[in-house]
Amino acid sequence: MKMSFTLDGKSIPFKEGDTIMDAALNAGEYIPHLCHEPGFTPHGSCRLCLVSLDGRNISACTQPAVDGSVVESNTESINTIRRELVAMLFAEGVHICPVCEKSGSCKLQAVAYHVGLLTPRYTQFNPPGRLDASHPDMIIDFNRCILCELCVRASRDTDGKRVFSLSGRGIETSLVINSENGKLGDSLFEVTDKAAAICPVGAILPKHKGYELPIGERRYDISAIDDADLKSNRKSDE
Amino acid sequence: MHSATNMPRSDTENVIPFVDSLVLSTNKRADHLLQLLVEIQQQYSYVPGKAILRLANQLGLPASEIRGVIAFYSFLYPVPQGDYQIHFSDNIIDRMSGSEALIQNLRKRLGVSLAEPRADGRVTVSTTSCIGMADHAPAALVNGYPLTKLDPQRIDRIAELVDNSVPVTEWPSNLFHVSSNVHRCDLLLSDSFESGSALSQLFETGAQKLLEELTISGLRGRGGAGFQTAQKWKMCRDTDASERYVICNADEGEPGSFKDRFLLETNADALIEGITLCGLITGAQKGLIYLRSEYRYLKQHLEESLTRRRTEGLLGKSILAHDGADFDIEIHLGAGAYICGEESALIESLEGKRGIPRNRPPYPISEGYLGKPSVVNNVATFFVASWIATRGGDWFATRGTTESIGTKLFSISGDCQHPGIYEFPFGLTIRELLDACGATETRAVQVTGPAGNLVLEDSFDRRLCYEDLPAGGSFMIFNKSRSLLDVVQYFSDFFAHESCGFCTPCRVGTSLIRDLVNKAHHGNATRQDYEQLDIIAEVMNSSSRCGLGHTASRPIMQAMQQAPDLFTHQGEKR
Ligand SMILES: Cc1cc2nc3c(=O)[nH]c(=O)nc-3n(C[C@H](O)[C@H](O)[C@H](O)COP(=O)(O)O)c2cc1C
Ligand code: SF4
Ligand code: SF4
Repeated sequence: MKMSFTLDGKSIPFKEGDTIMDAALNAGEYIPHLCHEPGFTPHGSCRLCLVSLDGRNISACTQPAVDGSVVESNTESINTIRRELVAMLFAEGVHICPVCEKSGSCKLQAVAYHVGLLTPRYTQFNPPGRLDASHPDMIIDFNRCILCELCVRASRDTDGKRVFSLSGRGIETSLVINSENGKLGDSLFEVTDKAAAICPVGAILPKHKGYELPIGERRYDISAIDDADLKSNRKSDE
Repeated sequence: MHSATNMPRSDTENVIPFVDSLVLSTNKRADHLLQLLVEIQQQYSYVPGKAILRLANQLGLPASEIRGVIAFYSFLYPVPQGDYQIHFSDNIIDRMSGSEALIQNLRKRLGVSLAEPRADGRVTVSTTSCIGMADHAPAALVNGYPLTKLDPQRIDRIAELVDNSVPVTEWPSNLFHVSSNVHRCDLLLSDSFESGSALSQLFETGAQKLLEELTISGLRGRGGAGFQTAQKWKMCRDTDASERYVICNADEGEPGSFKDRFLLETNADALIEGITLCGLITGAQKGLIYLRSEYRYLKQHLEESLTRRRTEGLLGKSILAHDGADFDIEIHLGAGAYICGEESALIESLEGKRGIPRNRPPYPISEGYLGKPSVVNNVATFFVASWIATRGGDWFATRGTTESIGTKLFSISGDCQHPGIYEFPFGLTIRELLDACGATETRAVQVTGPAGNLVLEDSFDRRLCYEDLPAGGSFMIFNKSRSLLDVVQYFSDFFAHESCGFCTPCRVGTSLIRDLVNKAHHGNATRQDYEQLDIIAEVMNSSSRCGLGHTASRPIMQAMQQAPDLFTHQGEKR
């Protein structure tokens, strides 16, 4: 039997085990997200994929699709919440878009445009600077980390290394590295790891190259995040 | 006074053999990590780096993950603490009873800064969230043992004892005195529970009949959500699985609540019998009590009750000589994190991890501890269930209202003559409760802790029951000399401190609220700040992952709605 739900009025087919996010992306419908990446264990921390399922607010990436249900995503109230969530992430970290190597291919920046966040809304937390440049090929700026745990999942589940994990509680939560002295250079991390290529923002960056692709010609400069990410999702299916 | 504590601090030279023996005693189970860390912390006053590396090696865990766990829990430290670790309870009730001046006082006497060990390593003085002694405020813990009803004389005495290096076991017992403070009894507290009576009833009438009695009794969970207990047990029993667990939630992190501490201390038998009953009814073989770190001093008492019950045939193999009726209980300690009271975070913590709530569904009832169906119930829920099994559902239903059957234990604290435990039928009004405990000139009460409801004087006719004002454990009273802004500020700090940090709205939102409330408290908040508070609250309520985020904005929002006069910009005030 074919199963489906409606997403903002459109019928979305799904198969057993699909989450709302899986089904939506497969059907070519974009639901904003930051901590989700197809193929990785669903996480549900950024909360951007908030949707209403039969009137109940849930995260689309973790919620199994329900046959015959009504899902709303692109509503004014949900979009407002998404915009505020992105604004919170901008306030929490230090995001220096104009000079960031990731500018133009950063999901946080692209999603901010998508939800219409063009100016800061909250007082900046301004955490003290924390940088790890000990690795020969990669650098980590902890203040750009949005705690999405994609690198944690990639290193653990794909690379089989468990280089990254989260430490602490509340606003003190931070990314930590598994090595004797806690430094990246001392860990098993390699530039060829899946975890080296997964960071949605400019927290984990390659060394020795800068601005190879000029700003203006980058992924989200060329097309907005909904189109760009749906396109690459289709490609990976083929 | 309770049993021995470790004084003076052991040398870390033997840390490797110490860790190895601990690891061996738990069969190298990585899911026992938190329990191991708690033991190491107790032995050394912190978790030495050497211990972390050894644990990593022995349990096959990344050292960073172990450090991450240590950093999550308030009572685990990566650096040495004093031989005497003094943690002042920092509930608003403690503050109202003068704790801040006492802390100042003791620090001066001892010459120590807040939360930093003294140079000679002898003592640390710090604060912690409510330790479940609001009827004994101001209170503190020294090496895990509660110091109650502190006053300047007691502080002097404590400073002397520390200066003279008197082991905590030899401190005068009156410093540790905890009274039951029961001021009103009804069905549950007026009689003493006959140990074994509920289990005998179970074997006499069968599980089905007992579930029916529980259904008639209308018992709803006493931990906050108010889920029907009979239904929860039935669902667990009916889930297909080879193993099941029963978990007793003794985390009692709600500031101002102490009913669970009272029950653990004075009614352990009825509580343990309730857990056992649930195990036998659902077909679970193992029960776990998750005991908050602040109640560590009760562990020995509970262990003794468990041991006695084993010898009496009420626990362990073939309970009451019934073949196959096997069920046993183990105690796990928490390590200081309010979020671990949330049932799925509690299960993560039981599995030795940071207490991050899980995605739900699946609910614990289908996939809980170690992925197996698990019933999680509050201490008071198990306690009441034992009584219902013994006396029947109709007996309980002689009290209360249609939706809120029976009686309920209230933990009453703050501005009243007789703080303590009150058992009342559901449905009484706030005013009746205030009269019972001798509260006068009351400005406001906070029902069910920071995540509950603020009720001002004009609403004291509201009734405490699910139909009107759901009542959890705690009931804190503020008289007319108190500033509501102090209360709101305290609650906002509490949530910012206790957010687990997993999801964006709560991690960032609780800090934003804390800062804006602080600004309002100083009279500097602008209209724009109040508008931001509205938005932040909306974002947190609708997008947070768990109950903490859903409720963390309540104190400020309710105060703004009910007492708008408090929230005008000073420049705008006449
Ligand atoms: C942030 C948070 C903290 C909680 N703390 C406690 C607690 O300390 N004790 C408790 O029994 N339940 C607590 N709960 C409720 C539990 O998640 C769960 O509903 C309860 O233990 C179930 O038992 P019951 O049905 O007997 O009430 C908390 C819930 C949340 C969201
Ligand atoms: S470093 Fe990047 S991938 Fe890793 S948690 Fe932070 S933002 Fe996510
Ligand atoms: S709402 Fe708060 S406590 Fe709950 S998961 Fe999110 S950050 Fe953690």
